[in-house]
Amino acid sequence: MIRFNQVNKRYPGGYQALKNVSFEIAKGEMVFITGHSGAGKSTLLKLIAAIERPNLGSVIVNNQNVGVLKDRALPYLRRNLGIIFQDHKLLFDRNVFDNVMLPLQICGFEYRESHKRVRAALDKVGLLKREKSNPIALSGGEQQRLCIARAIVNRPTILLADEPTGNLDAEYAHEIMAIFDSFHQVGVTLLISTHDESVLQDTEVRVISLRQGELQTASPTATPAGSRLA
Amino acid sequence: MRHTLAQIAGVLQRMFSSKLAGSLNILVTGIALSLPAGMYAMLQNAQGLVAQLSGSPQISLFLNLEAKTDDIDELRKLLAQNQAISRAEFVTRDHALEQLKVSTGLSDVVGGLKQNPLPDAFIVYPRQGDVQALEGLRNELAKLPVVELAQLDTAWAYKLEALLNFGRVAVLILAGLLSIALIAITFNTIRLQILTQRDEIEVARLIGATNGFIRRPFLYFGAIQGLLGGIMAWLIISMSMLLLNWQLEALAQLYASQFSLHLLSLEDSLTLLLFSMYLGWLGAWLSVARHLSQIEPR
Repeated sequence: MIRFNQVNKRYPGGYQALKNVSFEIAKGEMVFITGHSGAGKSTLLKLIAAIERPNLGSVIVNNQNVGVLKDRALPYLRRNLGIIFQDHKLLFDRNVFDNVMLPLQICGFEYRESHKRVRAALDKVGLLKREKSNPIALSGGEQQRLCIARAIVNRPTILLADEPTGNLDAEYAHEIMAIFDSFHQVGVTLLISTHDESVLQDTEVRVISLRQGELQTASPTATPAGSRLA
Repeated sequence: MRHTLAQIAGVLQRMFSSKLAGSLNILVTGIALSLPAGMYAMLQNAQGLVAQLSGSPQISLFLNLEAKTDDIDELRKLLAQNQAISRAEFVTRDHALEQLKVSTGLSDVVGGLKQNPLPDAFIVYPRQGDVQALEGLRNELAKLPVVELAQLDTAWAYKLEALLNFGRVAVLILAGLLSIALIAITFNTIRLQILTQRDEIEVARLIGATNGFIRRPFLYFGAIQGLLGGIMAWLIISMSMLLLNWQLEALAQLYASQFSLHLLSLEDSLTLLLFSMYLGWLGAWLSVARHLSQIEPR
């Protein structure tokens, strides 16, 4: 589903965000990417969505080398991805409902069907009652859930989440993780970056660990409980 | 389709959310367009007025003094067959002398003449109005037998044509300059909009919007603003014409004539609206092409 081959990413100015990173993620896997801030977690996710391009190596998503994808083709790659941004990137000039509607509008979804889908997505994250609110009136946890609703309304096969529990207290963080778990159950491929390893404690998942742009561990398949490296 | 309507609704909402800026733009567009379009309307009226005052142009054919009745009948037939001539009127030399007496008040002088110095003449009314055709017809008629002199009121026709051409060129230059100004206004408006909607554009890009999707609302905005500006220009012109007509009526009565300015025709009105819409769209398109590529999601 997703394969990194010897990927190097250096930003203009010389900062080396990723060094020789290789790994592979199978369809339907749920993988956590851990590491301190600045370890290259966000860069790794951005490479998958072709928001950044690698300097060396290839990033293969769905058998497509997204590193060399033409600009014209980018929208269609991104429509297959659900992205949950670290800074949420919600639009405060419209209400909760219209924020979730945006991806469907972009794809030109049929109007009535898209209404149903938006409601379903909001229901999934528990925000159905807030559909008329402005996102600015939502709490941090609610904004995060709104961002998730927007990412999943398109029913993507791959979900990328950048620090989804970053600024949330433990209770909210668990709610969010439970939502991700339910997507995992229905076969969505998930990549979740986090610097907070406490959320991993009670989950049974594969972890990719980065330190200063280098891969520390990339367990080939789902790691058995207990043998996971932190 | 519903999404397109929703996009247009969003554009309108945005346009009227900043009432002052939006209406100022429309007003400026309207005034700028009303100048050349108003001048054009005046020109059309002037053309109509001149035509009304002077009637259609004519060519006078003065015949040889020796021309016989047979020659004259021959010529009459030739003129009647000519496709370029709508009709020809024969004026006998005696009739011409009578007219001269009456119209100039020189009956004493004319009466003192031993013989009639005037020739027989045809007054030819051409079918076509433009100068070159008239000149060609004159040359053709001058070559006919028994025609001594063919006189076209060319000076008058040339002057009118030159004056109207001058007016047309002036209108075109003005229209050209103001169109560029309007494109610049829209360009800048859209630039500001793109900047204020930076977040939205960035997010849309990140979740798979094509450039077309992002571009469209701005193009709609430019076109709608242009259209509203055109409507404003139309209103300005029409109101001005009505005001002028009010005064013109009093003036025309003093001259015991009837004259009033015509409003823009349906065709000209539509042209004005479509053209202003196009200008708005073009300005928006240029702005979008220039500025959207600068917004890259990070």
